[in-house]
Amino acid sequence: MTNQEANDLILDIKNLKVRYETQDGIVRAVNGIDLTLRKKRTLGLVGETGAGKTTTALAIMRLVPDPPGIVECDKLEISGQDILSLPENKLEHVRGNDISMIFQDPMTALNPVFTVGDQIAESLEIHEHLSSKDAKERAGDMLELVGIPRERANEYPHQFSGGMKQRVVIAIALACNPQLLLADEPTTALDVTIQAQVLELMNELKEKYDTSMIMITHDLGCVAEVCDEVAVMYAGRIVEEGTLEDVFNRTLHPYTEGLFNSLPNIKDRKAKLKPIKGLMPDPTNLPVGCSFAPRCNYVSDACLKAQPQLRSISQTHRVACTAYDNPEFHIERRIL
Amino acid sequence: MSETLLDVRNLKKYFKTSRGLLHAVDDISFSLDHNKTLGLVGESGCGKTTTGRAVLRLIEPTSGEILFEGKDICKLSKNDMRKQRKDMQIIFQDPFSSLDPKKTINQIISEPISENKIIRDKRKREDRVLELMETVGLAERLINTYPHELDGGRRQRIGIARALAMEPKLIVCDEPVSALDVSIQAQILNLLKELQEKMGLTYIFITHDLSVVNHFSDEIMIMYLGQIVEKAPTEELFTNPIHPYTKALLSAIPVPSLLEKRQRISLKGEITSPINLPNECRFAPRCYECVDHCRIGIPPLLEVNPGHFVACFEHV
Repeated sequence: MTNQEANDLILDIKNLKVRYETQDGIVRAVNGIDLTLRKKRTLGLVGETGAGKTTTALAIMRLVPDPPGIVECDKLEISGQDILSLPENKLEHVRGNDISMIFQDPMTALNPVFTVGDQIAESLEIHEHLSSKDAKERAGDMLELVGIPRERANEYPHQFSGGMKQRVVIAIALACNPQLLLADEPTTALDVTIQAQVLELMNELKEKYDTSMIMITHDLGCVAEVCDEVAVMYAGRIVEEGTLEDVFNRTLHPYTEGLFNSLPNIKDRKAKLKPIKGLMPDPTNLPVGCSFAPRCNYVSDACLKAQPQLRSISQTHRVACTAYDNPEFHIERRIL
Repeated sequence: MSETLLDVRNLKKYFKTSRGLLHAVDDISFSLDHNKTLGLVGESGCGKTTTGRAVLRLIEPTSGEILFEGKDICKLSKNDMRKQRKDMQIIFQDPFSSLDPKKTINQIISEPISENKIIRDKRKREDRVLELMETVGLAERLINTYPHELDGGRRQRIGIARALAMEPKLIVCDEPVSALDVSIQAQILNLLKELQEKMGLTYIFITHDLSVVNHFSDEIMIMYLGQIVEKAPTEELFTNPIHPYTKALLSAIPVPSLLEKRQRISLKGEITSPINLPNECRFAPRCYECVDHCRIGIPPLLEVNPGHFVACFEHV
């Protein structure tokens, strides 16, 4: 890594592990992941329910509930600042200021008894030490930025539709101009035409404010619209990562292939869907070898013995799959 | 067989609210042949779920006729309707809230069978439940488990088994895969398709996901604010969309491919309130092709190509 690249590094995580110790056993939600993100880049964190995507985001914010959650990590830095060792009162300066989060469900993310203007102004008063009058003024600016007339600042969340509420949530997240934005399924609860509006807005704002973003989603279509890089998670591990082109056009991991094959193809409606057989493994009882092996079409004995490590295939593209021990191996997927 | 199974004429459902009449479904007519799938597409609040439920009289329609095999079910007494419902079942969107948490799978699936006194013998009823479980791909050992022990995909399979228990002719599928992960979603879609081929089922498939409906339906009906704006065979709708709203919907689907960069039509604003609607094209306030004469009344649904209906002043 050159010096320049090191300076550009917004997020640097080494060996993040999160487990929840419950009565029914230890749930291993995140099992040793490394993530880096440079300035102005957007990373798509893709996977199904229970893959550990949201837990990863919560761990970055240090919001994993303890108990039952236990976070272990060799390194967790945001713009060179060590987040792991910060005491709780210092964390308040980081959250909402350096890192912000957009939650999945705009219906529950807003406080119903405060006006949306007050909710946007709150973080400005806390982090930028603005007077309440100035904060209100800026809150109005933020609303306009996300396409809501500033007069509506005095209205309450229930007076807004779902798409409008998500815009308010985005306005709150961006109010203090964070370096890193964590967006957890920001459009899942929205209708397609509204989803298109929100994705467009996020792309614009990212551009304008040079924000880096991690977009958590299960929708590969949204990833193609917004992201520069992609990391595919399965059972708490990253199984494939690379640039958008790497993962979409030069897919390597059988699980990534399975995700693509499960999607109805808009161009060929007669094609039968090829779902991934079986279910996600139980996170309290993960298999010894590759977690995906029981569902994998290319499984061999070697897969069941040891956990595959990420290996570099090109400078940007990495995959965790034992099958690539054989240099001849390739998956079936061809780009349509 | 390609005879008509269901014929809906001028169906209306209004709800009274404190602010006025809410036009949930406003004068829609359509028919559906045996063993076919009709996709009902639209955004939240367009009336697709109300339509699905009104067709089964789970919501009492305000007015209109629903002819099921030629018989107007709106005129049936409560008792007769109960018998009629054996032929018409529904699968709900949320497999987490549509199953009774206090009942085992056995009890859930056998309930309609015992309730309608189809099989009185308990042992035989259990055999039937096991048979249904096999049909939808649930392992035998799960028969005495409770819904909370199962994942979303399996729960949705229970919902399907319960609907199949009556050997219905028509099943209304209300967003049956929206709550599921993609890999599980594909499993359920394939299952529904197999069942249709095997048992000659007819589906009304309600969804907001156009790529799913494209894969699944023979015919698609696009709804906006309680009305049908466009209706066409699937192939035709996707290759030759005419209504501006349909075009915008199609262009808004995020495609998981980098090879194709499409021109997106972005719609301004959001769906307007369905209460006290003005007498004009309902899509006019958001329409990017709206002209003066769009405001003179509600456009009728007219046939432009064989089987292809559009309600738009500007394009018809």
